[in-house]
Amino acid sequence: MAFDWQPVWLTLKLASVTTAFLLVVGTPIAWWLSQTRSRLKHPISAVVALPLVLPPTVLGFYLLIFLGPSGPGGQLTQALGVGTLPFTFSGLVFASVLYSLPFVVQPLQNAFEALGRRPLEVAATLRASVWDRFIHVAVPLARPGFLTAMVLGFAHTVGEFGVVLMIGGNIPGETKVLSVAIYDHVETLEYGQAHILSAGMIGFAFLVLVTLYLVNGRISRGEQV
Amino acid sequence: MSQIEARFQAHMGAFKLDVDLQLPGRGVSALFGHSGSGKTTLLRSIAGLEKFTGRLIVNGEVWQDESCFLPVHRRPLGYVFQEASLFPHLSVKKNLIFGLQRIPPTECQIELAQVVEWLGIAHLLDRKPLHLSGGERQRVAIGRALLTSPRLLLMDEPLSALDDRSKQEILPYLERLHDALSIPIIYVSHSIDEVARLADHLVLLEQGRVQASGPIAEVMTRLDLSIARGQEAESILEATVAAHQPEFHLTQLDTAGGRVNTRLLDSAVGSRQRVRIHARDVSIALTPQTDCSILNMLSARVLEMATMTEWQMLVRLGLGPDASVPLLARITIKSCTQLGLEPGREVFAQVKSVALAE
Repeated sequence: MAFDWQPVWLTLKLASVTTAFLLVVGTPIAWWLSQTRSRLKHPISAVVALPLVLPPTVLGFYLLIFLGPSGPGGQLTQALGVGTLPFTFSGLVFASVLYSLPFVVQPLQNAFEALGRRPLEVAATLRASVWDRFIHVAVPLARPGFLTAMVLGFAHTVGEFGVVLMIGGNIPGETKVLSVAIYDHVETLEYGQAHILSAGMIGFAFLVLVTLYLVNGRISRGEQV
Repeated sequence: MSQIEARFQAHMGAFKLDVDLQLPGRGVSALFGHSGSGKTTLLRSIAGLEKFTGRLIVNGEVWQDESCFLPVHRRPLGYVFQEASLFPHLSVKKNLIFGLQRIPPTECQIELAQVVEWLGIAHLLDRKPLHLSGGERQRVAIGRALLTSPRLLLMDEPLSALDDRSKQEILPYLERLHDALSIPIIYVSHSIDEVARLADHLVLLEQGRVQASGPIAEVMTRLDLSIARGQEAESILEATVAAHQPEFHLTQLDTAGGRVNTRLLDSAVGSRQRVRIHARDVSIALTPQTDCSILNMLSARVLEMATMTEWQMLVRLGLGPDASVPLLARITIKSCTQLGLEPGREVFAQVKSVALAE
């Protein structure tokens, strides 16, 4: 039987799209959390961190209901004319963004907090507006944080299983990602296929983490990347 | 007259800031006090980095009052922090032009080449801040602030994080700044040496309140303030170089209080110098002494006296025709009694040593 590459490409596509959305959504949240003195800081941090402690099936279950035909999210998407999201690629992206959010927000928040107030104050005395300070001072100085956030967000999306199974099911080419494919192969006793995918995942995860540590080590030693 | 009006009130835990100040619209005003006196907080309030109730008017422009608060980036100021705080991700050159790029070209009055030459940093332009010495970094930070063509320059203990050598390296640049810029500078310091060298106006802060504010020569010689009562009490006189006497290795300086001698200087006749005279180096005589080794003899009037210790007296003398130039003398209570000194008495001040403010 020929090796089926489709789950691999689908997984990479899902992880890339999810990472892009994660940066767009996670950066403002991380920035706000790093700067605010609001009382809402801790409750919001807790909400963002929930996926870390919940079983993925809990998130998947409520997303299924929320995005289903009679849930508020489902009603909205239907009203917008895009149908319902469960068991589609878009639904997977939506769920993955929520599920991997803490892996992006936390490194970014740490990076922004590590800057301290000083560089931003200096920039303000040099006529930089709030937005200007963020783009030209905070973002470049938080670069290691962005790198960590991207890698973790990407890798975590590649590695998810529970949420995907709940909200995406097992539709080849649409929602059948690597982790689900492995499960499938094992269920049908195709151990050879399962081995190829699983060993590939281990190699991939190892490479990603080694690269991350190497790059961050160089940045913290003050070298150019 | 152009000037700076600053009024701020703030409570921060146990600390209370309550200031109402008028500062001259040019020259260097020093905010002097111990740590915790509120000097940095006051400077940050002026910059808009802290938001307290108050009112701030800089040379006629309202920066803050009951109804408005200009955000930091809209205030035409330069701020030099205690640590140079250069942006580590930018080269020295990009650090320098960071502010320059953000002001309208029409407001630009100081050019990059000018600042680079003036601060002697041409060889550093392509480097990253990480590879600079402390003194070099602070010079770049000063240049970066100047390049925004500020209308008010704020400096928060710019030398305190530096070692002595770097301090000596930077001070001449600050003195040149003082002479070359027509904009007002507010300089926070806890070092009386720096203040004596640089400041024209001195504000003494204690526990968030203004204890004294006035021309430096006046405030430093006020007998009711802690500066004059310290062991290092001194007077400051502005002088011009009158003549050189190379045969004796002396230079004569003219002050508003009369002519004094100091060691031979390397500056042109007519150039300006600031001199510092320690209170312990000044003695008092009732008649002009001719058979005495002390060269500097100035006629003076006793203005005020205060007991300093069980055996020492602090005397504030006025030099010059209208006794308007203050000079401190520290003498024994015994001498004071024997000479019969009292306010209004005409005397002669003998100055053993005149140091330059450098």
